[in-house]
Parts: sequence; C-alpha cells; structure tokens
Amino acid sequence: MQRSWLRRVPIIDIFLWAVRIVVIAVILYGSFGTLRQGKYSGEVWIDFVVFGLSQGSVYALIALGYTMVYGILRMINFAHGEIFMSGAYTAYFAAAALTAGGFLNRHPVISMLVVLGVAMLTSTLIAVLVERIAYRPLRRTPRLVPLIAAIGASFFLQYTFRGLFGSGFQAYPTVNVLRGEWVLAGIGILRTQAVVIVAAVLMMLALYLFVQRTKTGTAMRAVSEDMEVAAMMGIDVDRIIVITFGVGAAAAGAAGVLYALVFPQVHFFMGFLPGIKAFTAAVLGGIGNIPGAMVGGLFLGLFESVGPTLFLEGLTIPGVYPAGIPAPYQLKDVIAFTMLVMVLIFRPSGILGERLATKKA
Amino acid sequence: MSGALRTGLIWGAIGVFLSLVGMVEAFAARQIIVGVISLGHLLLLLIALGSGSRAARQGKVWGSAALLRGLVAGVTTGLVASAFIAVGSAANLRAMFVSATPELFAFLSFGRGVAGIPLVVAATATAGAIGAAAALLPAVIARPLAVGVTSALAVGLFQELLQIILQEGVIRTAIRRLIFTEDGLPPRGALIVFAVAAGTSALLRGRRGGVRAWTAHRPPRQRRAISLVAVALAIVVALLLPVAGGLFVSQVLVLVGLYILMGLGLNLEVGFAGLLDLGFVAFFAIGAYTVGLLTSTGEHAIAHLSFWATVPIALVVSLIAGILFGMPILRIRGDYLAIATLGFGEIIRLLFLSDALRPWFGGSQGVLGIPKPTLGGFEFAGPQQLYYLTLIASAFIAFVAFRLRDSRLGRAWMALREDEDVAEAMGINLVNVKLLAYGIGGAFAGMGGAIFAVMLGSIFPHSFSLLISINVLALIIVGGIGSLPGVIVGSLFLVGLPELLREFTDFRFLVYGAVLILMMQLRPEGLWPAAAQQRELHEERVDIPLVPPVEAAPGEAPAGVEGGGS
Repeated sequence: MQRSWLRRVPIIDIFLWAVRIVVIAVILYGSFGTLRQGKYSGEVWIDFVVFGLSQGSVYALIALGYTMVYGILRMINFAHGEIFMSGAYTAYFAAAALTAGGFLNRHPVISMLVVLGVAMLTSTLIAVLVERIAYRPLRRTPRLVPLIAAIGASFFLQYTFRGLFGSGFQAYPTVNVLRGEWVLAGIGILRTQAVVIVAAVLMMLALYLFVQRTKTGTAMRAVSEDMEVAAMMGIDVDRIIVITFGVGAAAAGAAGVLYALVFPQVHFFMGFLPGIKAFTAAVLGGIGNIPGAMVGGLFLGLFESVGPTLFLEGLTIPGVYPAGIPAPYQLKDVIAFTMLVMVLIFRPSGILGERLATKKA
Repeated sequence: MSGALRTGLIWGAIGVFLSLVGMVEAFAARQIIVGVISLGHLLLLLIALGSGSRAARQGKVWGSAALLRGLVAGVTTGLVASAFIAVGSAANLRAMFVSATPELFAFLSFGRGVAGIPLVVAATATAGAIGAAAALLPAVIARPLAVGVTSALAVGLFQELLQIILQEGVIRTAIRRLIFTEDGLPPRGALIVFAVAAGTSALLRGRRGGVRAWTAHRPPRQRRAISLVAVALAIVVALLLPVAGGLFVSQVLVLVGLYILMGLGLNLEVGFAGLLDLGFVAFFAIGAYTVGLLTSTGEHAIAHLSFWATVPIALVVSLIAGILFGMPILRIRGDYLAIATLGFGEIIRLLFLSDALRPWFGGSQGVLGIPKPTLGGFEFAGPQQLYYLTLIASAFIAFVAFRLRDSRLGRAWMALREDEDVAEAMGINLVNVKLLAYGIGGAFAGMGGAIFAVMLGSIFPHSFSLLISINVLALIIVGGIGSLPGVIVGSLFLVGLPELLREFTDFRFLVYGAVLILMMQLRPEGLWPAAAQQRELHEERVDIPLVPPVEAAPGEAPAGVEGGGS
C-alpha cells in the first residue's frame, strides 16, 4: 500500500512543495517581523516603491527585446544585456560632448532626445550586426548552438567595449533640471525616477501600438505564430527578424539611457545584471508576450527594491540573527536570482503567458 | 571584382577593430623574429594575407585573375587602414578610444605618420597578392611551406619558454646556441627552423597515416604493446614536464589541470547528458570552501584535518551539492535550464560574498591560511610539486569519466541528451540519471576546487565568478562537446596558451567570445570531436543520405547537443 502511495506522489514533488512552503514562510515571517518593528515610515516605503517602479520600467523596456526575439526565434538572446550596455555607453559620449559645451543644461529636452537617439541608434546597429554575423547562419541548428553563440556574442561585446573605452567607470553627466524632487499629492518623487517611469511607459505604449497596429507589427506577430506559413503568405521573414532585433535593441538602448539617469555611471560589465533581470521579467510575464514583459518588469523592480528590506530586515532567527539579517541590501541580487530560478521552476509559462515554452519549444 | 572589394573592406575593418581594442599595440611589444617582425606586425600581416587569400578563393577563378582579386582585396584593406591612419593622425580619437594612441598610429604607419600611407598600401597589396598566390599553390608545395612558416613563428612566439627548457644539458644548449641569440630569435634561427620543419613535412608527405596504417596491420599482441609503449611515453613526458619547463610552466600546467578537472565535470553534464549548466563554478567553489574550512589555520576553520582527509569529504559535499542543485531544476529543459543554473551559480557566489554568512565563510575576505598538503615529509609546496597532484587527480577523474561514458549510466545520459521523452519511454529513470549527472559532474569540479584551495592557500568569493563557468564551457566546446580528449585539447588551447602569452590575457574573453561564435558556425563539433557529434553535425558526409540533399545541406540537422524537448 505504502509503495503505491509513494509512487503516486513522487519525491521530487514533495521536495518542490517543501521549497515553495519554505520560501513563502520565510517571506511571510520576514515581512511580518519587519512591519512589526516599524522601523520605516510610510514615506520610506513609498520611496522604495517609486524606486522599484523606475527600476522595473527599465527592466521592462529591456525585457521587450528578449520577449520579441524569443517569440519569433525561440532563442534566448543572451547578448541583449550587452546591447543595452552599448546604448548606454555610446550615449555617454554624446552626453559628455553636449555637457562640455553647456548645451545639455541650456536645452535639456533636446539634448536628452539626442542622447536617446544616439543610444537607440547604436544599439540597433549592433543588434542587427550581431544577428547578421552570429545568429543568422545558425537559424536551423539544434537549439543550444545559437544559445552558445549568443553567450559568445555577449562576451565579445563586453570585452570589445572594454578594449575600446577602457575598463573604468565613466560618470554620466547630471541634468540640472532633473535634480531634486517633484511633489505629487503630498509625496516627494525624485525627478529622475519620475522621468524614467513616464518615458519608459510612453515607449512601451508606442511599441505596443507598433506591434498591434502597423503592417510590420502584424507581420511580426504572424512570423512568431508560424514562421513557415508567414513566409508562404509573402512575408519576408529575414527582414521581419532583423526588424524585431532592431526594435528590441532600440528599446534596450533607450533603457540604457534611462538606467544611466538613475545610476549615473557606465561600465562595460553594466549590461550583465540588468540583462539577466530583464530576462527574469520576460519569463515572469510569459515569454513571447509583450504586455507580460511590461508587467513582469515592473513586478520584478518592485520586488527587488522592497524585497531585501521587507523580507530580510525583520528575519530574526534566535541565536543566529537576533536582529535580522545583516546588510540585507547585499542580498538584493540573491532575491532577484532566487525569483528567476523560482519562476523557471514553478511557473515557466509566466503570469500572463500561454504555455509557449512547452508548446512550441 | 566587387566581391574582392567587399572582402578587402571586411578584413580592413577587422584590422581597424583589432587596433582600436588595443590588440595590435599590446602585441607590438613582443618580437617574434628579432629585427624583422613583432607579433603586432604579424597580426596585421596575417590580416592582409587573409584578405588576399579569401578573395582569391571566393572568386572561383584561377591564375592571374585570382592573383588580381587578391591584389585588389589587399589594396582595399590597405586603403581602409590608411583612412584609419589619416583620421587618427588628424583628430584626437583618444578622448573616446583609449587605445587610439599616437604610438598605435606610428606603429601602423611604420613610424611615418600620414606619409607612410603609400607604404602601407604597398605592403598590404603585396601581402594580398602573396595570400592569393598561397591559396593557389598545390598542396604539395603549400603544405610544407605552411608547416615551416608556422613552426618558425611558433618558435618565435614561445621563445622565452623554449630558452628556459633549453637551458641545461649539452645537446639542449647546443640547439639553443644554434637557434637563439641573446636578444631572441634571429632571422638565421628562424630560417633553420623553417628549413627543418618544411623539409620534414615534405619528406613525410605521402606517408601520412603511415604509422597508423603500419600499426593497424600488426598482430593484436604487437598492437597492444605499441599502444602500451605510446602510453608509457606519454606518462614519461607528463612526469618530466615540470622538471624541464621550470616554475612558470608548472604553474600554467597546474591551472590547465584544474580546468581539465572542471571541463571533465561540465562535459559530463553538457556533453553526455545534454544539460547546459552555466552555474558550474558553484561546485568548484563548494569544493574549495570545503577544503578551506576543514584545513585552514585561520579564524573560520571548522576543523584542522589534513588535506588528504578533506579531499573525499570535498568530493562527497560537492556530490551532494550537485544533487541538491539538480533537484529543483529537474523539470526545466533546454535554454531555460541554462539560465536557471546561471542563477544558481550567482546565488552561491553572492551568498559566499555576503555579510550575512560572514561568520562562517568570511565574506569578501575569504578563508585564509590553508596549509599545503604534505605526504610523509614531502610538502607539495609549489607548482612544481602540485603539478603531480593535479596530474594524478586529472588522470583519475579522466579514467572515471572514460569508464562512465561506456557504462550503462553513460548510455542513459546520451539517450537523455538525444531525446528526453524517448529516453523516459525506454524505461530510463530520468530523475536518478539527471541527478547523478549533476552530482558526479559537481564532484569532479569539487576535486578541482580542493586543489585550487591548497594551490592559492586562501580562497575568496571573487575567484568564483561566472567567467570561470564561461571559460569551462568555452573550452569543452572548442575541444568538442562530449569528447574526453577534447577537454584536454580545449584546456591547453584556451587556458594554457593565454597564460603562456601574457599579451593575450587582456583579450582573453574577447577571443573566447569570437571563438564561441566562430566555432558554432564553422566547426560546431569542436577540435577533437566525439564520434556521435561528428556524425550528427555533418550528416552530408554520411554515404547514403536519408533525406534529399537539398534539405540536408544546412537544413534540419537533428538535435545534436540539444537539451531535449522538441
């Protein structure tokens, strides 16, 4: 009798359930502890939330590129984080040049548009080149082959930028208009963060409309539905794939500039973590799903900004951590990565996703 | 002709790129043949030669037409370089590109600045034509020439190392005197090497495979004896290497050995079982921390065991870690698995680094004071002694991996790699088989970690970054996924070479990235492929095509290294 019961509930399921319960228990216990301490006021929490939203909207913008490419090619564009980095890095030179003449602070709107344009242009250019050189010849190979090429492209781009521009950090110039706070309904919001959120949301809207309303967007959706049938309907699949890479990269380039507004420095390795996190966001929202990427990005940003304090600060373990986990902000990335792994394990289809990963992959 | 122009432009762009990332200037310092050519100029020369040779091959024309194509491509490449020199001399590119120094432009233009442009174009044109001519030569001449030139250049490249090896002994000193001078490799020495290598190659021509054919026709007992002698010779060479090569070579070899250990482990996961693991460094870290914490004389020590007692513990701990690591991700397939494992690897590193676990693992300060292993009064103090430890460990692990490959478990892994669903239908217990792949693969890396800990005497979380995982992945791909000798070849090429050539260290990951991309396109089965991969990825070579050739050519290659899930 016992054997048959054991067979029906495999040990792995028990293990996975145990993992779920432990994680949820830790989150609940930690949050409860933190809130009971009452160390942080409501304003601080709002700051965390706004910061999380601004960070999350950047993730969402990057995630769009992952999601669109995956939707069409079923391939993780591992180099997408570097596309983001390349946009931010080249835009730094544009911003620095504009600052040198004092133009940046005299005409901040025009300058920011120029900087954004430069970033989007370089990112698009690099993404199209990478697609042409590294990915296109591998389109019909086993799935790990393009992934390995993408990993190669990622490192190639990183170390290209290191070779070209040096291995140090470059400080992004600050825009005077964006210093300080705006007070909105009694809540102070850092101007940079507000601008980032608004700009990101606008761009995502534009992109959504592009995919839903234009002829090219329809063609993109058709190709992601079924590449061969789309080709038979007279759609130039190669062209659509290039456009997809380009549009995703433009969004990533713009995200690069916005990211640099919040964290004002650029570095050749800066694309790695946001890239991985944006991928998490894309999976979280259901990969291949554009609104999903936006929701996933915002959610991940929030989780990452509120999480360390909320879950860990009050996580007292008598005898080991009597006053909660020390330096919880160090574990910010651990939370993001744990979230990544948990999503992949428990809900690979994402929040809004169809079961694309298993259906077509 | 437009094709030749395009080729010239592309190769010219490659040259500009390599100059801008700083490779040319970094390589300029190393003299290959004293007073004749430096590594930097060699790189530029190779670009021009490649441009011409590629253009000549592309055209599908012969004779003077091909030479002309090479010439055109060479001139175009030279013109791109000239434009770069002109721009670089006129404007200050350095504000943006850190490597665009005046020295670089002086180097590119043979020290003449803009006035050197005609010379540059003439040089690339000549090189392009020579490249085209080389592409046209029949193999009878081309092969010995290529062997000779390559040997001479290799001797020039590794001259410091060779000089150390040829330091002592009558014959060795005599060879050194013959080839080298105080300054390095003179043209005379290069000519001697060239003549010897080219002559040998020409003499051996037509007898290629002769030795193999000869052994194949011996009776079985003699054949076994021959292979035994070969193995014994290899062992003797391996044992003598650190003695002959000295401290530096031993250090490099120990590192190569550690990567072989990790490569064997990852090869078992990726190559045999098809589970792409980007967090593999975690097991290496766990092995290292286990040994560190159990043997250390520092403050974080749990116990003060001897190294020999902790090695089995480290193996078991990393085996268990592998199984625990594998359990949650059993159901994830293909590329999602790669990302999930990457997440795991980073989590482990961040945890070792964090203040939260500092009381146990030392945080960013790491674990210090790990004593060197001793065996009956003999201390494995330096790399020359640790080399033997690494050699024994890798030989043992390689033997285990070799036996595992042909075992029932190994066959189950390969079935899993080919198709997870079919493997399950065949009655393979996927859970056990996958967990064993993670566990045993992890244990191999844990062994490497154990030696790593005693080699450095201290461990820091920074040593276990994602780059190590990528490094190991690159080496098994270059060597050949699923191939055991490939792991050794890959480690020697990707770990040994960059260590021996200091100039490469800065460009290591740049080159790795390019190598991964190029390998996937040109030779996805690796340098020393496993038989199965060879068959799958080049199915057009199969004598009887199963599908019409139109579809077979680039088309539906079957899932070779796919992580399952179709």
